[in-house]
Amino acid sequence: MMNRKKKIVIIGGGLAGLALAMKFCERNGEVTVVSYQSLKRSHSVCAQGGINAAIDAKNEGDTPEKHFYDTIKGGDFLAHQPLVRDMCYQAPAIIHLMDRMGVAFNRTGEGHLDFRRFGGTLYNRTAFAGATTGQQLVYALDEQVRRHVHDGSAKTLEWHEYLGAVLDSEGICRGAVIHDLRTDEIYTLQADAVVLATGGPGQVYARSTNSVVNTGAAATTAYLQGAKYANGEFIQIHPTAIPGQDKLRLMSESARGEGGRIWVPRNASDQRDPKKIPESERYYFLEEKYPLFKNLVPRDVASREIYDIVYNKNLGVSGDPMVYLDLTHKSREFLDNRLGGIMDIYTKFTGVDPRETPMKIFPAVHYSMGGLWTDYGPDSDGLIDHGSPRNQMTSIQGLFAAGEADYQYHGANRLGANSLLSCIYTGLMMARGIMNYTDSLEKSVDDIPSTVFDDTRSHWKNKFDDIKKMNGSENPYKLHHELGDIMLANVLIVRDNKSLEKASHEIQDIETRFKDVKCLDTHDWANPSPSFINQLYCMIHLSKIITKGALMRDEFRGSHYKPEFDMNQPKDFDPHEYIDYLEQKQYGEVSMEKFPADHLDYMKRFEANNEKWLKTTVAQYKDNQPEITYEEVNTSLVTPRPRKYD
Amino acid sequence: MIEKPAMTEKNIIIKIKRQDKPASSAYWQTFEVPHRPFANIISCLMEIQKSPTTGNGETVSPVTWDSNCLEEVCGSCTMLINGQVRQACTALVDNLTTPITLEPMSKFPVVRDLQVDRERMFKNLKKVKAWIDIDGSHDIGEGPIMQDQDRAKRYIMSECMTCGCCLEACPQFTMDNSFLGAATFNQVRLFNLHPTGEMKKEERLDAVMGEGGITDCGNAQVCVEVCPKNIPLTESIADIGRQTTWQAIKNLFTK
Repeated sequence: MMNRKKKIVIIGGGLAGLALAMKFCERNGEVTVVSYQSLKRSHSVCAQGGINAAIDAKNEGDTPEKHFYDTIKGGDFLAHQPLVRDMCYQAPAIIHLMDRMGVAFNRTGEGHLDFRRFGGTLYNRTAFAGATTGQQLVYALDEQVRRHVHDGSAKTLEWHEYLGAVLDSEGICRGAVIHDLRTDEIYTLQADAVVLATGGPGQVYARSTNSVVNTGAAATTAYLQGAKYANGEFIQIHPTAIPGQDKLRLMSESARGEGGRIWVPRNASDQRDPKKIPESERYYFLEEKYPLFKNLVPRDVASREIYDIVYNKNLGVSGDPMVYLDLTHKSREFLDNRLGGIMDIYTKFTGVDPRETPMKIFPAVHYSMGGLWTDYGPDSDGLIDHGSPRNQMTSIQGLFAAGEADYQYHGANRLGANSLLSCIYTGLMMARGIMNYTDSLEKSVDDIPSTVFDDTRSHWKNKFDDIKKMNGSENPYKLHHELGDIMLANVLIVRDNKSLEKASHEIQDIETRFKDVKCLDTHDWANPSPSFINQLYCMIHLSKIITKGALMRDEFRGSHYKPEFDMNQPKDFDPHEYIDYLEQKQYGEVSMEKFPADHLDYMKRFEANNEKWLKTTVAQYKDNQPEITYEEVNTSLVTPRPRKYD
Repeated sequence: MIEKPAMTEKNIIIKIKRQDKPASSAYWQTFEVPHRPFANIISCLMEIQKSPTTGNGETVSPVTWDSNCLEEVCGSCTMLINGQVRQACTALVDNLTTPITLEPMSKFPVVRDLQVDRERMFKNLKKVKAWIDIDGSHDIGEGPIMQDQDRAKRYIMSECMTCGCCLEACPQFTMDNSFLGAATFNQVRLFNLHPTGEMKKEERLDAVMGEGGITDCGNAQVCVEVCPKNIPLTESIADIGRQTTWQAIKNLFTK
């Protein structure tokens, strides 16, 4: 038993990292939060529309169990069910906690929390603070952490970057290697546990809705050090973003939750001002095809439909890859109160007021369902044992992951407004388990010889010295852009094995050219060039994980769409037939009279496909390549079945 | 931004004030980047990274700057663009007169090139205890009931992203004084308006009543003009002025 406070190092100051920091301080632990930048500026601030919790404020009969089901179905049954169920049951308490911290959530007439609709559900389940919910949640947690810093229980290391884990002779994580982005100093921090709350990898695509810091480098470094990386190929493409050169700016799903409609002119050559095109000549393709969920089908579905309209039906607005997102039927006051943040973003970046003119949008890379493989400890009620040291631990003992950096909560496709929830949930939930983990250790970090730390530090110091000596002909920023081009062209909404093979070869070329990179800046003060080169190295490896995972997964599941393997669900199929089919199977061969022949055929194919592919993809670093294996998914609570939203 | 662009050959000339280290002296360099429709300052800086050559053909180290979200919610990329303090991400090149000049903010210590150290702003948040003192993050039920109108008032104030525009523009805020500035006063008002936050109202007011506090505000009113989030900063200042006046009277009798 240690005679001191338990100390953890948290990498990343977004929602997951801050939530954990607060909780760990409350449990009398000692926390250091490491961040690239000032804490208030993490990518979580970009989340717009809201955060889900089945509080049922509108008396619609919503329950956490329904939230659980919607999330599992939205993720095409690839998520571990006890975890998702636990998250959904914790959600109402999380919203109330954030409200107590002063988040300016919109209210009802009686002064209670207001809720709106989001994709993939029929319930008003999304609490929101205008259209900058992520920013408001980050600020509330940041304020609580600042309070702990003020009290002396937490410490922050801003303008520092995580380079890798310190592993002892048994492979247990005993600390972190940290790079001071101003002084250029590289040193180690000792810790009982290290937590990567480092967000997603959108920068692998160079242009996405993600922030500049979202390179996925920390998670990739863990993979390069031996940690498993799971479900990498599941990248969410958000249906609605503003096209752009430096960034594809998100237009929140809440725009549709508040009544926004997606359409294109029925006639491809219609060049009229959109406001002059009469209703009858507009094609509201989501509403027509999905009369039940309409514009609020899950993101994977909406993005595929927009892609189809633009590239297969050639109906993009003015022949360009864009469709209308229309809110002009709503009043200015309503839009300002509930969507002000995104109305302003659209106006500022396009010069067009979306309150007056329909927005032009197109899908963009947005979120990674995949991430570092992490563990969990289920309890006997189909929920999670919050004290289990296994919770959120990567396959490297003592190294944990939380938030978008892990893979466990969204399966093959994330539902809107579930990311803020999963980030805060993981951060809060894992604190007790980490406490217990440090208790269970036979040897404390204090007993680890200092050579372990010195050697790791030297390793990284040498690596950065080598990077600074790189004097080839390739510009690393250009190379990054090219990597993004390859990923955008081949590993996006519609995937096929030929393009994926091509992408693999092209990534190989990038990797070869990487050796000829020039370090553009060799200053020893506030020099971002060596760090960026190291991040680019990581992004190349991460692109290989994503591409190889996609290449090998010969099926269509959630965001991973390979038309070749689309099982073409019969139009009049009801997913409950499948449950019936499974039940009847228990009594022997299902007779042909029970179901229409095409339904039975479809169900048999669906079942066989799940048998083969309802598995977690696991990538491990071997011989400079990701080695892919598959693991069982915990589907103990809800029977996987075909998804349907019309 | 989405109208079909006519490709143009013209280049944008950008003059950038650079500085290698906090203590070293500043110097100017001029760069040319290809004009692209709807380009913003960040996309131009990214172009310079891809080809860090000055107008004179000299290869130099790429310019450094701070940025993250690129959609004006993180507060990171504040700089002086043609002399005006603003976010670089929302500064569209087509709306700027050329040649464009970029400088770091002048009221904060330069780290390097366009990067400055705004730590003072975050320290001030601690000074005024800009947080709600919750009992703990365990589940103890709902938050306070609140009128949506009050919530909306707080929400606008809560959009402050600590970008520093208001302080750069403020004639009272200088590198060698301790003036707290509009952003901090706004935070005091934000937390004093919350039913739970109000319980620590006096501590916050006491923190803005000494040197560098609210009475040092010279009422120049430029803060509100430069705020990218249109936060009613002068209202916040006036309101905190009133609150501290009452607090001062109260202190006479109780302290």
